[in-house]
Amino acid sequence: MGLASLSSISLVGLNGHLINVEVDIGDGIPSYILLGLPDSALSESKDRVRSAIINSEEEWPRNKITVSLSPAWMPKSGSGFDLPIALSIIAAHGAIPLAPEADSVFLGELGLDGEVRPIRGILPSLLAAKSLGMKRAFIPFKNFLEASLVSGIEVVPVTSLKETLQILRGGQIPQHFQEESETVTPASDIDLMDVVGQSASRRALEIAAIGAHHLLLIGPPGTGKTMLAERIPTILPALDSEQGIEVTAIHSVAGKLLNSTGSNSLPPFVSPHHTTSTAAMVGGGSHQIKPGAASLAHHGVLFIDEAPECATGVLDALRQPLESGEVTISRASGIVKYPARFILVLAANPCPCGRSSGKGRGCTCSSLQIRRYLQRLSGPLMDRIDIRLLVLPPSRLEMATATKSESSAVVRSRVVAARDTQRNRFANFPWHLNSQIPAKLLRTDFLAEKAGMNLLLSEMDMDRLSARGFHKVLRVAWSVADSNQHQIPTITDVQEALSLRQSLGHFS
Amino acid sequence: MRSVSTYKKLLGAQGEDFVVEYLLKQGCIILDRNWRIKEGEIDIVSQYPNGVVAFVEVKTRSSLTFGHPIEGIGIEKSMRLQRLALAWRCTNKMFGADYQIDCAGVLAIPNRPCELDYRSAIL
Repeated sequence: MGLASLSSISLVGLNGHLINVEVDIGDGIPSYILLGLPDSALSESKDRVRSAIINSEEEWPRNKITVSLSPAWMPKSGSGFDLPIALSIIAAHGAIPLAPEADSVFLGELGLDGEVRPIRGILPSLLAAKSLGMKRAFIPFKNFLEASLVSGIEVVPVTSLKETLQILRGGQIPQHFQEESETVTPASDIDLMDVVGQSASRRALEIAAIGAHHLLLIGPPGTGKTMLAERIPTILPALDSEQGIEVTAIHSVAGKLLNSTGSNSLPPFVSPHHTTSTAAMVGGGSHQIKPGAASLAHHGVLFIDEAPECATGVLDALRQPLESGEVTISRASGIVKYPARFILVLAANPCPCGRSSGKGRGCTCSSLQIRRYLQRLSGPLMDRIDIRLLVLPPSRLEMATATKSESSAVVRSRVVAARDTQRNRFANFPWHLNSQIPAKLLRTDFLAEKAGMNLLLSEMDMDRLSARGFHKVLRVAWSVADSNQHQIPTITDVQEALSLRQSLGHFS
Repeated sequence: MRSVSTYKKLLGAQGEDFVVEYLLKQGCIILDRNWRIKEGEIDIVSQYPNGVVAFVEVKTRSSLTFGHPIEGIGIEKSMRLQRLALAWRCTNKMFGADYQIDCAGVLAIPNRPCELDYRSAIL
């Protein structure tokens, strides 16, 4: 007979809410009731909790047990409440004192043997706990690396229910927890050096990385479109600690970190298959709204191979994140916002058979088919792509040459320098990348050299450039100028930017 | 009705006797025992000194191998008891009487004194 309560955290998107786990053990025949809108994983907690308690040599009360997760109106999901429920039951039964734990949160799934198992979303949960004024957090030991990214809250990693009880009964926190965790930055085994030739493509990649411009790669099969795209993260600046936490939090909510080794400063590279659904692309789900590929690629690269093969709507769903840098998902269970600021890289064949580039020898497609194929990339989406690149097979000379190409590290150092230039230039503005300059300011504060502007205007006169295209080219021109260490874009910078947009010729 | 082994019948009867003894010691009157209709059976009907009629379900086990006897009384069983209680009160013209459902778990391990876990007013 008794009453006990503990705190835990429930995630809605990346925002954590404090949940009060209350347990009442009352008169009546033995039964177990779980209140507070649990989903199925949470409803199943009863059997896990019971077995875990019994196998931890504690007594399972033979009474009517009522567990309430308050606030009751908020739908709750996942297995992370197992640990607080089990501890509350033991406390309500009078087997442990809980009074000193008023400002602790408890998170963890229980195994039948009483083991505390890792859960997803530890990082955002701890950030929330910290901002809610909690002092201490008991978390699964296997989530410790992820949890160690958060400072300002005492983290107590536990391996089993039994061990948790020992700590709560005044025992020492076992010594093996004091080990320093190592933040491992896995060395990427891909490098721009692996790409043979393709000097034009490499240059375009560098410009895209400098200003975070979106990219479209068109080329016949086997020319290295995927290879090039995969190497963009290796030339991007490493994530700073704030970005790293943001990225880790999203991946944590998506459950991608359960077996990983903690934080990673390499920008993420996400390549969803072209059959992917809209929900998988931008995020969704009925009970727990999970981030999609666009959010997983936050601060990194979202690469979509065979883009014209994507279902209609899937690519267009990316227009909101491309515009605002975040995804808003509305479902019956609530509205969730996930950040999604990424470099979009689309790859496509020039036609269904893939051989119509160059002289188009061997292409079996009709002209109508070719035209329709790339039309599947909708106009509004294409408008947001700054750089359009034709990737052609390396020449015979390039294949035969043994000289090594530049490595990612060399290119990255130039990109980092150019990003610093941008940060200084935009110090008084809320953005810090060339691709984010608003159109209005482009025409007033961020003009190119007079000759360059004249070139762009004459292109417009000849109807080869739309008004929006004008702004796009100007933004890319700034990135080219940063790369060439020019104060403002010169005529050659504008010409290069123009060629990056128009290199597709009849495909654009 | 499933056939019940003689041993189980004896064990059940032993448990019920034990509970009856306990209730008499509390000053209760026993109104009925093993009242049976098609729907099921009420083990004990007793009346407390304050006039409340108690319908008692007794579960007896001779070991803890399958858990404590009180855990053998599920929510369905107690709901059935609720219906049987209604039938009993109608039959015995005590429809308006105050009543409650009680449960008793008897642990009758051979060669050891019986242990009783009595829970009153469970619903």
